[in-house]
Amino acid sequence: MLEVKVLKKLGAFTIDVAFSSGDSGITAIFGPSGAGKTSIINMVAGLLKPDQGQIYLDDEPLFDSKKGINVPPNKRRLGYIFQDGRLFPHLTVKSNLMYGMKLIRKQDRKLNFDQVVTLLDLETLLYRRPAKLSGGEKQRVAIGRALLTSPSLLLMDEPLSSLDGRLKAEILPFVSRMQKESMIPVLYVSHSTDEILSIADRVIVVQSGKVVFTGGLDIAMVKERPEFFPPFGSNNGLVYR
Amino acid sequence: MTELLTLTPLEKEALKLSLWISIWAVIAILPPGVFIAWLLARKKFIGKTLLDGLTHLPLVLPPVVIGYLLLVLLGRKGIIGGWLYENLGISFIFNWKGAAVASAVVAFPLLVRAIRLSIEQVDEGLEAAARTLGAGPLRVFFTVTIPLIMPGIITGVILAFARSLSEFGATITFVSNIPGQTRTLPLALYTLTQVPDGEAGAFRLCVISVVVAFVALILSEFSSRYVFNKVRG
Repeated sequence: MLEVKVLKKLGAFTIDVAFSSGDSGITAIFGPSGAGKTSIINMVAGLLKPDQGQIYLDDEPLFDSKKGINVPPNKRRLGYIFQDGRLFPHLTVKSNLMYGMKLIRKQDRKLNFDQVVTLLDLETLLYRRPAKLSGGEKQRVAIGRALLTSPSLLLMDEPLSSLDGRLKAEILPFVSRMQKESMIPVLYVSHSTDEILSIADRVIVVQSGKVVFTGGLDIAMVKERPEFFPPFGSNNGLVYR
Repeated sequence: MTELLTLTPLEKEALKLSLWISIWAVIAILPPGVFIAWLLARKKFIGKTLLDGLTHLPLVLPPVVIGYLLLVLLGRKGIIGGWLYENLGISFIFNWKGAAVASAVVAFPLLVRAIRLSIEQVDEGLEAAARTLGAGPLRVFFTVTIPLIMPGIITGVILAFARSLSEFGATITFVSNIPGQTRTLPLALYTLTQVPDGEAGAFRLCVISVVVAFVALILSEFSSRYVFNKVRG
């Protein structure tokens, strides 16, 4: 379980949030653009240092300002899937996938290479360069690359926002299946009601740097709380714009 | 005809010396060049403007001034040179090592500039991604940053090498014009222009210089294209 309580000032904008994720399943961090969602998971990943607070994962401190603990990102054992994929352009798909895996001791690897390649349907892409991949293929490789580091938690920052509707529909099943088969809990940042309704189990709604709602996620609840979830089902599938 | 195409011993000596000095000059400045380029591109620190200025100084100073400064600093009675000679027995005066130092100093800003520009173009998000995949800062630098800036490093190396080959003023001021030690192609050419009947020889050296420069340019074009394709995929 991930427990977060952090304060961070970014210019005139303040992020002041406290939340915990579930032990399993997909927890969505939901809110409009500019609400501070990406900054929050960057703090969880160790890419952005909170001014004060604590971040604990399975009762192990990742960050604790009182105890002076700030575990560097490479020691946090988290998988991070970025909005823009961030595949290494100088490496083949296969080398991208193995980049993090090679740094993990064999006995600590929870998933093996072939398993992940099959799960994400990557066989035919292995010897290509990222520049030759479509947006959807890139994101599948990025997911595989993060999974292969056997993380205790996967962070996904709007992984579908750079893809069009058809590609979104192509990737979402992979995300659900990946989560169910790997059993790795996921923190999923999104501003699309459709997207989180189709995959998330729980939601943390963030607005202007504050958590305004936390709870389980289903259609009835979403319809009841239009102040947090603008009407979904619009043509582009994106509601918060 | 064959006589025209064979190099005289003196020409061979000058050519070998030029290449030897330039290669060593570039090898010597490459590691500090990458480090300083990285500092200037990525870090904020007190004295950054000063470091930036010092790095670029050889680009705007007349080479003769650089040669004179080197003489003052690295001469056997100089502040640094005195210490080096007494403690390590290293002397730069009137030998090829001194010529390599002179070349290195004038070539340094060109190397740093090219590498710095390419570091500034590297997407820091890729480095952050590598960190989240479990790589420490040093591993990220060698497995992500260095491969991505390889085209810049090659450009910098070629520019620095070319500048070294053409170095004249700092060399002749610092380590003089000694056959077999510091008389590189440009110095040999200059020498021949100063003696009667030297014109034919000077012209031959001129042709050799042009050929060397041309070969270096072509090689650099091929290697940077090759590396660029490797990096961009």
